[in-house]
Amino acid sequence: METDAKIIQKKSLLRSDTTQRLLAFGALIILFVGFSIASPNFFQFNNVIGILLATAVNGVLALGVTFVIITAGIDLSVGTVMTFSAVMAGVFITFWKLPIQVGILGGLMAGAACGLVNGAVVAKMKVPPFIATLGMFYITKGLSLVISGLKPIYFNDTPVFRQVTMGSVLAPVLDPIAAPLNAMFKSSGNSFQIPSLEIPNAVLILFGAAIIASIILTKTILGRYTFALGSNEEATRLSGVNTVAWKMAVFTLCGAFAGLGGVMMASRLNSAQPALGSGYELDAIAAAVIGGTSLSGGEGTIIGTIIGAFIISVLTNGLRIMSVPQEWQMVVTGAIVILAVYLDILRRRQK
Amino acid sequence: MGEELVLMEGIEKSFPGVHALSQCHFELRSGEVHALVGENGAGKSTLMKVLSGVYKKDAGRILYKGKEVDIPNPRAALHLGISIIHQELNLMNHLTVAQNIFIGREPRRQVKFFLDDKKINEEAEKLFAMLHLNLDPRTKVADLTVAKQQMVEIVKALSFNAEVLIMDEPTAALTDTEIAELFRIVSHLREQGVGIVHISHRLEELKSISDRVTVMRDGQYINTVQTKEASIDQIIGMMVGRTIFEATPEVPENPSEEVVLEVKNLNLGRMVKDVSFNLKRGEILGFAGLVGAGRTEVARAIFGADTIDSGEIYVMGNKVQIKSPLDAVKNGIGYLSEDRKRYGLTLGMDVENNVVLASFNKFLGAFGWVNNDKTRSTANQMVNTLSIRTPSIQQKTKNLSGGNQQKVIVGKWLTADTDVLIFDEPTRGIDVGAKSEIYKLLNELARQGKSIIMISSELPEILRMSHRVIVMCEGRITGEINVADATQENIMKYATQRGGIIVDNSKSNSEPKPNHDLGTA
Repeated sequence: METDAKIIQKKSLLRSDTTQRLLAFGALIILFVGFSIASPNFFQFNNVIGILLATAVNGVLALGVTFVIITAGIDLSVGTVMTFSAVMAGVFITFWKLPIQVGILGGLMAGAACGLVNGAVVAKMKVPPFIATLGMFYITKGLSLVISGLKPIYFNDTPVFRQVTMGSVLAPVLDPIAAPLNAMFKSSGNSFQIPSLEIPNAVLILFGAAIIASIILTKTILGRYTFALGSNEEATRLSGVNTVAWKMAVFTLCGAFAGLGGVMMASRLNSAQPALGSGYELDAIAAAVIGGTSLSGGEGTIIGTIIGAFIISVLTNGLRIMSVPQEWQMVVTGAIVILAVYLDILRRRQK
Repeated sequence: MGEELVLMEGIEKSFPGVHALSQCHFELRSGEVHALVGENGAGKSTLMKVLSGVYKKDAGRILYKGKEVDIPNPRAALHLGISIIHQELNLMNHLTVAQNIFIGREPRRQVKFFLDDKKINEEAEKLFAMLHLNLDPRTKVADLTVAKQQMVEIVKALSFNAEVLIMDEPTAALTDTEIAELFRIVSHLREQGVGIVHISHRLEELKSISDRVTVMRDGQYINTVQTKEASIDQIIGMMVGRTIFEATPEVPENPSEEVVLEVKNLNLGRMVKDVSFNLKRGEILGFAGLVGAGRTEVARAIFGADTIDSGEIYVMGNKVQIKSPLDAVKNGIGYLSEDRKRYGLTLGMDVENNVVLASFNKFLGAFGWVNNDKTRSTANQMVNTLSIRTPSIQQKTKNLSGGNQQKVIVGKWLTADTDVLIFDEPTRGIDVGAKSEIYKLLNELARQGKSIIMISSELPEILRMSHRVIVMCEGRITGEINVADATQENIMKYATQRGGIIVDNSKSNSEPKPNHDLGTA
């Protein structure tokens, strides 16, 4: 009996999400090494920072989408909710001259509000998530244009806002540590120098958000019910769980992450661009799926999603550096998404 | 028997088009096991779903410990101390055992948003220890056997400190040892004063465990009797509204010697190891074994639902390649899954479309038009020959009872001109009356020259229906017995013969010979 249990345990370990994550992580490493060999310009400090920065917004959006997909739902509106939140941040900060902190919080709340509406339409009105969030996609796309008057809203009066993502709180901490080392290298005749570690805040925000998302998903009641909903919603309901409320909470959380993405986007571009946004939701979904989140629900991890987001950025960046035209980059990304899911299916079939 | 726990009076419940419960009555005392019986569609499950808050009653009243209560949702029922184990397993496969048991009332940390995963596993282990169960709370439910999953459901229901425990066919998927284990737990609970409602089709089982029996028929309360004072025949009589006698085993006519299907050294993963057998025209070949012995896997492999690793399949002496169900159907093999709703029927479609589903090609005219006159007449003909009870062939199959759904699937395969029919647990979840009809149908099919493989976990069914019995254990065929020699005891012996064949030399010739050409253990 005991050995039986052990065998089962071992098997489930092999089968578990760990494999998919290792697979995705391996793919990321291979891409990284491959591009480094293919082009000397790839593995450069500035380029790596560029990749991290390019992942920041998509990564944050993908975090929220991961929660929704684990409940066996989908959110097609995160891209335009992101834009809507950026525009609202613009309204609060530039039009209404509210303090930046209030404006940032307002942007987050705008995203969360959209998510709450999504959740209510899905959980209370029983509209399929695909349709509900497709509706929200158009609504927020339209509202962004209406509210901004079709023009970008700039944050020129508040230069600090741009520093929120593009500044580096790390540099003043890390550079003094690097300085004596560099001096040492120089005196010993070594030409190597540690570059200035100006890692933009956006990257820190991404990792911070990922850690919070991971804690919510694995350690809290909301995370537990996220998996339960995706695994067997009816059984969860019959166990006395208020599935309507928790589903709304999941969509609201997803909206809040989209709101955070919006604020980051606005800060990075120093403007809220109302025409931006559509297409981002698909990148976010792709990141989650490449990272092993199952569209049929019940499975997924934050680390997987983050790796998925990085795979997309590394691919885009690497192909660009190798002068592959943008249109071909898309073709490759598409193929990778299908390949990732196919590998996942193969892995499952093996059991 | 103790005080009265539950009294349900004048319960009414209607669904669109169906008057499911009318003037239903039910009472439950503490410390009793109260069996609730009736044919499928009699309203047993519906009545218990009203009691457990899954459905809201239209009229009537429920007294709980003497006080009238309103049970608007499952949560309210749980708070009162009423737990239900549903017929279909209601578990979250991606979560662990402990997480499933405590879903909805997870132990939290000081900050209530955070879960206490250490405590949840400890609590689960305490429960297992109390019930003497060998389960790891950290295992994912998806990795457990069906029987173990059932145990998780029971532990979950009990963990609510339930004073009323409703079990809707808890033994359907369990083996005899597991049933004994379940009944041990049930007796233990009865001693502690828990009132237990036990819904089951296995009447012998009720006889051994229950104190009282309530019979329902067609959504109505019929009678409540002391189990000791009622015979099984009387109970069946009340269930069906007429007295039917448990038929003596029907002596099947001998099949011809013509081999229709031969399987050689079939292998598929862990569950099918070196399986070889043959099937003759007009024969009913019983496949016995415990749940998880690999019988369904063999059936699915022959039917092409799963791809085999190695092995050969011959139909009418010709070697065939079966790579998909389409190939199987082309070779005249049909499969009737144990899970009718998931794999057998398109529930949202009507009887007519289900009947012609496997053989649409026959009903196509020019440019792929479906010849509706022809499908209609074929469907009507099947409804008549198989006496499928349905208001019309336009009725959606999800609205039919289990027995009639089974007949629709039989109709589908007959329409597709299959000669070999594989029935996987043909009477699972089917009530007594309809069971004997299914048996008659199987015999009639065999008489007409169809060859039938019947997988069944119910030994009386195997003994009653088969010409020959093949017994499997852990993916291997461990014995082949002619029905004349077959007894429950020798079948069980082979079914528990782990690790392959044990040749027992001390036995006389009347003992069935172990099958020697099955490779080594």
